[in-house]
Amino acid sequence: MLSSDADSLYWMSRYLERAEHTARMIDVNIVLMLDQSPAFADLRWSRLLSSLRVTLPEGESLGARGITELLTLDRAGSASIIACLTSARDNARQVREQISSEMWEQLNRLYLHMSAADAGDIWNEQPHEFFRAIKEGIQLFQGITDCTMPRNQGWQFMDVGRFIERASKTAALVDAHYDELAEAQERDNGVTDYLDWVGLLKSRTAFEAYCQVYTADLRPDRIAEFLLLNADFPHSIRYAVHRLQAALKAIGRATGARKAGSVDRLTGRLQSMLDYGQIDEIMAGNMQAFLADIQQQCLHIHRSIYQVYITPPIESILQA
Amino acid sequence: MLTRSPENKPEFKFDPPFARYELDGAYDEMFDAAGAPRAHYAALFRRLCELPVDELRRREQAAELSFLQQGITFTVYGRDEGTERIIPHDLLPRIITSRDWATIEAGLAQRIRALNLFLKDIYHEGRILAAGVLPRELIFTCRHYRREMRGVHVPRDIYISIIGTDLVRLPDGRFAVLEDNLRVPSGVSYMLANRRVMRHVFPMMFRNYGVRPIDHYGQALLMTLRALAPADRPEPTIVLLTPGVFNSAYYEHTFLARQMGIDLVEGGDLLVHDDVVYMRTTAGLRRVDVIYRRVDDDFLDPLAFRADSILGVAGLFNAYRAGNVALANAIGTGIADDKALYAYVPSIIRYYLGEEPILPNVETHLLTDETQRRYVLEHLHELVVKAVGESGGYGMLIGPHSTAEQRDEFRRRIIADPRNYIAQPTLALSRAPCFIDGQIEARHVDLRPYILFGEEATLAPGGLTRVALQRGSLVVNSSQGGGSKDTWVIDE
Repeated sequence: MLSSDADSLYWMSRYLERAEHTARMIDVNIVLMLDQSPAFADLRWSRLLSSLRVTLPEGESLGARGITELLTLDRAGSASIIACLTSARDNARQVREQISSEMWEQLNRLYLHMSAADAGDIWNEQPHEFFRAIKEGIQLFQGITDCTMPRNQGWQFMDVGRFIERASKTAALVDAHYDELAEAQERDNGVTDYLDWVGLLKSRTAFEAYCQVYTADLRPDRIAEFLLLNADFPHSIRYAVHRLQAALKAIGRATGARKAGSVDRLTGRLQSMLDYGQIDEIMAGNMQAFLADIQQQCLHIHRSIYQVYITPPIESILQA
Repeated sequence: MLTRSPENKPEFKFDPPFARYELDGAYDEMFDAAGAPRAHYAALFRRLCELPVDELRRREQAAELSFLQQGITFTVYGRDEGTERIIPHDLLPRIITSRDWATIEAGLAQRIRALNLFLKDIYHEGRILAAGVLPRELIFTCRHYRREMRGVHVPRDIYISIIGTDLVRLPDGRFAVLEDNLRVPSGVSYMLANRRVMRHVFPMMFRNYGVRPIDHYGQALLMTLRALAPADRPEPTIVLLTPGVFNSAYYEHTFLARQMGIDLVEGGDLLVHDDVVYMRTTAGLRRVDVIYRRVDDDFLDPLAFRADSILGVAGLFNAYRAGNVALANAIGTGIADDKALYAYVPSIIRYYLGEEPILPNVETHLLTDETQRRYVLEHLHELVVKAVGESGGYGMLIGPHSTAEQRDEFRRRIIADPRNYIAQPTLALSRAPCFIDGQIEARHVDLRPYILFGEEATLAPGGLTRVALQRGSLVVNSSQGGGSKDTWVIDE
């Protein structure tokens, strides 16, 4: 497929994953605010901002409402839901002929719906409904994609975008909770704020799945193990890296690219780190460095994909 | 003169929803001069009288929503939000009988055949110039003449593969050619999209009318392009070259690429190495054999044409000249849709085919001729003046709707550069019923059929009917506030 089409599909998918993640994070936070003291809420919002890598201007304090609006409606900032949906749609427009009409129409509908929204739409009704509609709109897009898109290279590049985003966002999320995790671990797994841990799990739709595996007994090491190392849960880092690896292997086979090996080596290394990692060792060692390393490796994989498939140096393609 | 004559205006009073419907000197597609519906419009007329206006409104909204969600939009520049608009679309079909269509089909096939022979001749021997049928300076002063194309062999001698010709219907009911579009005609996606929407809006009527299908256009276009591939490339790679997502016709480019199942590329996706064109894919370079280009000549190759172009591909022209890649349409075809050359098309048909033109031209004054120029300058208030190399309704003066300043401006421009303008009488374009603000009113329309030319010319039955949505307006171009409607060719 055209390199530029692969590029657009990758980013379309990545931006949608990002928009869904942001919508879920806000939703979880707003619901939790109802049960928690205001002081604690401030901590939660600043943790949310740091996990999304959003920094507020110096000395500015927006409060829950302001932050929610910034992360939802701000077209100027690149992190907001509307900005992500706009970028996803711009990329989809570039590959309009590669995706099905049903996919395009769903994405376009979602975009048109969101671009007509203002702050009143969030607060006048239940904010929960507002963010749920966004999540469901994106999930519907995924479902339509699943039903209408051939499992070709384009599909694989969409998977690459989605799972590389997911792996690095989950790592950033756990990292933002590191202090509480470490503290609770010190106190011999005593859970201080039950709701807070539920919030962390729900931010990755993991609460129910966690309970199936470990029961409702919430312990920091188990939470970290579940989000980092669980092999079967779709939002765990290990699962995301497995899917990433599988998609990249399929692309390597389909293209017969000479340098596919270099991409494979990078993802394989990350994958075995997660496959054979032990949560007690990770938590006993430097967990923050471990999480930062995962995000760093995701970045290297991204660069390597571009080097091999999307913007290879002209000399290398003329030789081939 | 084909100006409308208000004194002939018959006085009719129609019942709702036609209460605001007017008949005047222009040909009306639906009603005859006595105000009775024409036979082929009778069923539509009856249906419109039965349907409650609210129902029509509901269908209109459904159609608009469908256009919006499909993203059939064009970009309005200079606004921050809401920069995408749907192309104004009218709910009511324009109906053409197969008898009228047969004349259009034969007339356009003849015209395209002659123009293709003309292009070949102009870029090779120039027999028509030697024979004195048209003046040499007309060719060599044309902005779209490409000296670089002299002696270049194009695949199968086909210069124009994809054509959209603008027709108008004169007050006596005959169709005449208003303009040839031989470079990169657009709008065919609206023809196809209108049809899809209309099938949902009027399903029953659609079936009963026996409307001739147009859906195979994509496949026919693909075959036309494939036939241009170099002979030694049995499984050719065909691509559509677009200027990119900011082009106002971008929707159409993606639509056609999808219909044909070919890749949509921008200049940056292609490169030329050793006179062969390649595209950059995830699996390395892949050779390209045929390019359906929606980029103008000027921007195709910065080495051969405009050096500041970032839309094209460096070296493309050399690859083309070497016969390693085919372009549709060929380079330099704009010479044949120059509006001054237009006046000579009947002579061109007679010269190459030895036949009389089936479809008439509109009377055209050449301003390089002194007597004609004097006449035009004296009658600017009743004529239409057009710049010869422009399209899309730009660079135009409509005499009866102009101000004295505008006329002075054009007078100055004509005197300064007479070769750059032509003048035509203000035509009373035919009118067709349109659904406007809950009423059915008459609006001026033209017709752009789409022709594919290989060995033979084939027309998609119908085409794009463009509508001047403003009451009384004669300008149908979408860039100037025009809309479009579905066009049905029916078997009687």
